[in-house]
Amino acid sequence: MTSTQDEGSLTSTQAGPLIADSSTDFVRGQGARVELEQLVRVFGRTRALDGFSLSVEPGEFVALLGPSGCGKTTALRVVAGFERLDGGRVVVNAADLARVSAQKRDMGMVFQSYSLFPNMNAVNNVAYGLRMRRQGSRQRKKKASDLLELVGLGDQATKYPHQMSGGQQQRVALARALAIEPRVLLLDEPLSALDARVRAELREEIRNLQLRLSITTLFVTHDQEEALSMADRVCVMSSGRNEQTADPATLYARPATAFVAEFVGVSSRVPVERTGNEVVIFGQRCPVRSGGTSTAYELVDALLRPEDVAIEVDSGAKGFVTNRNFLGATTRLTVQVGEIPIRVDVRSEVAGDIDPGTHVRTKIISRDVLVAPRLGTNPTPS
Amino acid sequence: MASMIPAIAVEEALSVPDSDGEGAGDPQRRRVPRIRFWRGIVLLVAGVYFLIPLYAGMKFSVQNDAGHWSLYAIKDIPSETGFGAAFWLSMRIAGSTMVLAMVLLVPTAVYVHLKLPKMRRILEFVTILPIVIPPIVLSLGILDVMPEFLRASPYLMTLVYVIFVYPFVYRSLDAGLTAIDLKTLVEASRSLGGKWISTLWHVIVPNLRSALLSAVVLTIALVLGEFTFASLDLWTTIPVWIYQFSQLDGHVATAVCMLTLLGTWVLLIAVVSVDRSQSRRARRRTGAL
Repeated sequence: MTSTQDEGSLTSTQAGPLIADSSTDFVRGQGARVELEQLVRVFGRTRALDGFSLSVEPGEFVALLGPSGCGKTTALRVVAGFERLDGGRVVVNAADLARVSAQKRDMGMVFQSYSLFPNMNAVNNVAYGLRMRRQGSRQRKKKASDLLELVGLGDQATKYPHQMSGGQQQRVALARALAIEPRVLLLDEPLSALDARVRAELREEIRNLQLRLSITTLFVTHDQEEALSMADRVCVMSSGRNEQTADPATLYARPATAFVAEFVGVSSRVPVERTGNEVVIFGQRCPVRSGGTSTAYELVDALLRPEDVAIEVDSGAKGFVTNRNFLGATTRLTVQVGEIPIRVDVRSEVAGDIDPGTHVRTKIISRDVLVAPRLGTNPTPS
Repeated sequence: MASMIPAIAVEEALSVPDSDGEGAGDPQRRRVPRIRFWRGIVLLVAGVYFLIPLYAGMKFSVQNDAGHWSLYAIKDIPSETGFGAAFWLSMRIAGSTMVLAMVLLVPTAVYVHLKLPKMRRILEFVTILPIVIPPIVLSLGILDVMPEFLRASPYLMTLVYVIFVYPFVYRSLDAGLTAIDLKTLVEASRSLGGKWISTLWHVIVPNLRSALLSAVVLTIALVLGEFTFASLDLWTTIPVWIYQFSQLDGHVATAVCMLTLLGTWVLLIAVVSVDRSQSRRARRRTGAL
């Protein structure tokens, strides 16, 4: 798929203000297919990757999401060729990369820390990859300038890294990675060092650029909001394994494991007993959501999203509000029901009247609920 | 009331006396001139310790045997027997030592930082060895085991001087490498298609400019001052020539000493100036923020 075809398929809103009018003919999206097969990487006694597998379609944007130490950066570094593998294969466009060194893999990478070469100005940084490919001076300067225009830094071409802000440096790093027309774009938490406003801005720009250029992209992050808002699919990792890979909506609504349910979004655990295909929560019968795990156990925990529960002020009710967090349009209340804290989202104009200490009655309003093995028990099949 | 106590204490601690001398009774304030006084004394003693010999040397090199002011010693240096050859030999040895030390130590330091970070402690220990082993022991040992053809070549001095300058060059490079995010820069270069040699040349070396320049100055200063090995290996370098010529004419020998010292200082100032002017030019080119 060429960039010209992509341009036709994008509305100006999708493309965003920064790149809406920029031509991208000078960077051809290559959209490689990436397959990671049973990757194993061991550091001492730690298995950073423990049979990790993932398939990425050409032009797809996949986020690797997980807590610190789950192996997401190791997976990215393996794809880039910076880490050797103890098992498994990295296949790009049907070619095994086992014997291909990092400099020959054609992977553009943007790093978490600022990685611009301090001795080069912005335009020379962007042109570096082209210089390594022995392109002519005039040609590489032209392309580097075009790319800087593309990321909105055309007027910063002669600035050195120490004269640019963090956001500008990461934009130049992105332009530098794109300059070599990579088969795969690898982004290793490129936004984590930036402040919240710049991060939100750059998040949108990266996504728009990726859509426009149709470059297969692997994006590592520990920020679920970032992953869910940017990626076509999100791969949630835990202990070096792929817990679930799905589009953001599915991941949120139908988490395959308790880990995913608790890592993606907010969940409150409520111990319940399962009877047949139902559980009883606060005296209310609810069907168990299909697609989850542990439907075969009797003692389970129901995992409730804040929007699965509604509350009603009732002075005679057992539950009471212990905390109130304003989130903008909604306010998140913590309701203590016996020993169990339940988080509930309510509209902020309603929440203003509910002070901590107010007694409330809880009600499950979702069609079904996700269940997981009860914490602290050894799951035994029923 | 209890909560007032820390608040007052903090207020007192933060209070700054105004120019009327309020708070002049503060013992902390009284100690400041005393500290300044002792600081001045230490500086004066150190200055005298270093400057008196220099002054004496300078004075001696611009005097004749009768004790009158004369520039004959300086004027005669180039025409003195053996000086030209000794100077040229010292320059060749300094140049070759500098090149060999850099070629060996830059990739080694980079490799250790990147791939063997645990080896840094061992290397730091090894850097002490050429300093703690007396030069005479090292020199005699080396001369004893070296093959004849190397002993006959002045470039044996180059090989030995690389060992002598190793502590200074390695530590300078180590400090330079610690100051940059080496791993990320190397990985960025490699992901963009840079080979190891290109990465070293285009990315690492330019970012080690200050460290390399100070390593170069230290190397030249050390080689131009080394006497023991050159003398034992029977080569007449500048220090050996100075020693030999001092038997004939102390004024000329001292003048060479002073000029060598001056030359090293000029080199040092030139290196620092080049480094600063390059940074200033870079800032001017782009417009300071």
